[in-house]
Amino acid sequence: MSLNKDYLDVPGTTIFDAEQSRKGFHLNQFCMSLMKAANRERFKANERAYLDEWPMTEEQKQAVLARDLNRCIALGGNIYFLAKIGATDGKSFQQMAGSMTGMTEEEYRNMMIGGGRSAEGNRRIGEDGDAQAHRQPQGGAGKSQKSN
Amino acid sequence: MAQLTASVYTSHVPAIGAALDLGKTAEPYWQPLFKGYEFSKQWLKDNTPDVIFLVYNDHATAFSLEMIPTFAIGCAAEYQPADEGWGPRPVPKVIGHPELAAHIAHSVIQDDFDLTIVNKMDVDHGLTVPLSLMCGQAQAWPCPVIPFAVNVVQYPVPSGQRCYNLGKAIGRAIASYDEPLKVQIWGTGGMSHQLQGPRAGLINKEFDNTFLDRLIADPEGLAKVPHIDYVREAGSEGIELVMWLIARGAMSDVAHSGGGAKPPKVAHRFYHVPASNTAVGHLILENQA
Repeated sequence: MSLNKDYLDVPGTTIFDAEQSRKGFHLNQFCMSLMKAANRERFKANERAYLDEWPMTEEQKQAVLARDLNRCIALGGNIYFLAKIGATDGKSFQQMAGSMTGMTEEEYRNMMIGGGRSAEGNRRIGEDGDAQAHRQPQGGAGKSQKSN
Repeated sequence: MAQLTASVYTSHVPAIGAALDLGKTAEPYWQPLFKGYEFSKQWLKDNTPDVIFLVYNDHATAFSLEMIPTFAIGCAAEYQPADEGWGPRPVPKVIGHPELAAHIAHSVIQDDFDLTIVNKMDVDHGLTVPLSLMCGQAQAWPCPVIPFAVNVVQYPVPSGQRCYNLGKAIGRAIASYDEPLKVQIWGTGGMSHQLQGPRAGLINKEFDNTFLDRLIADPEGLAKVPHIDYVREAGSEGIELVMWLIARGAMSDVAHSGGGAKPPKVAHRFYHVPASNTAVGHLILENQA
């Protein structure tokens, strides 16, 4: 019997299910290792060498080096694990979450102060909300990246 | 016999802990949020229980992908605040209550809920931020705490109905403990928030306030809300709200529904947007004699 994954049609959202978890096992376990101060220091001293100690895919390593959290999530990462990388970099959860939207830090912070992102148009793929694929990237940070 | 006196519900955003630890509570951004907890700090001083049963989720801290228990009860004598990557929060260690925890584990497992027993773990912001919100910058927490961790990180997570039913079993377990302890149950996490992808920053005030209304007056109906509704309406991390149903299920009007207990009294209700990425909700419900 096939499983009912009714969460696959939510735009801009990856649910961390058993399949994603299997893909991201080593990526996420690498992140866990950064909960020790000594490991954070070793990682910061030579990121590539530290990553090479883990049986992660090259794609996963590149996504970590680029701090591309959307890519990390697509490759099996979960935000609560990935947050350990952000913490190592001295980033807050707001900076990490905002980095996945294409907005600048200030744009994202202002959106939150203004009441956050509306669910309108963002409940199902195919609607017209600001989290839909055809409306990415959303802000100044993504646009400047695109033109580079 | 032990008595469940009240339940407390609150979000557990890590940035709230950072604001407290760094002395930022009076800043314009944070001031309205902490004002909403002024009543609660006094209330907890006036109504300090002997034990707090604290329902929260571990955020990839004590539990990596090596082991993912759906429901885990802390039976240890004490718990250290975890280093989540920023260094440990400068907050007191958490003193457990191994005797009551073991009693609840025994009772609830025999009541058909398969808990994982944890005798050693660190506790993360999910547990310490609610304590900070309710106690401020304390030198020691006001009483022992039983940590109860729920998996809401890797799907599938337990349903609202499962959590609600488990809450009932916990309520019955507490009521059957021989010592005359006053116990509170806290449900934490939520409210609407999403921390990932292009949809990060989602907030749904209407969903959240309906959730608060129904948690008070229609918990039975609220327990039937499926996962997908939380994801669509309250964001991928809004699913944490199922943990509030454990605390609500333990309250007398639900757990001892045959006993004619009255619905709980709403001692306090508060809602604020934003704290970092998240909508903050807070309730205090007192059991009526």
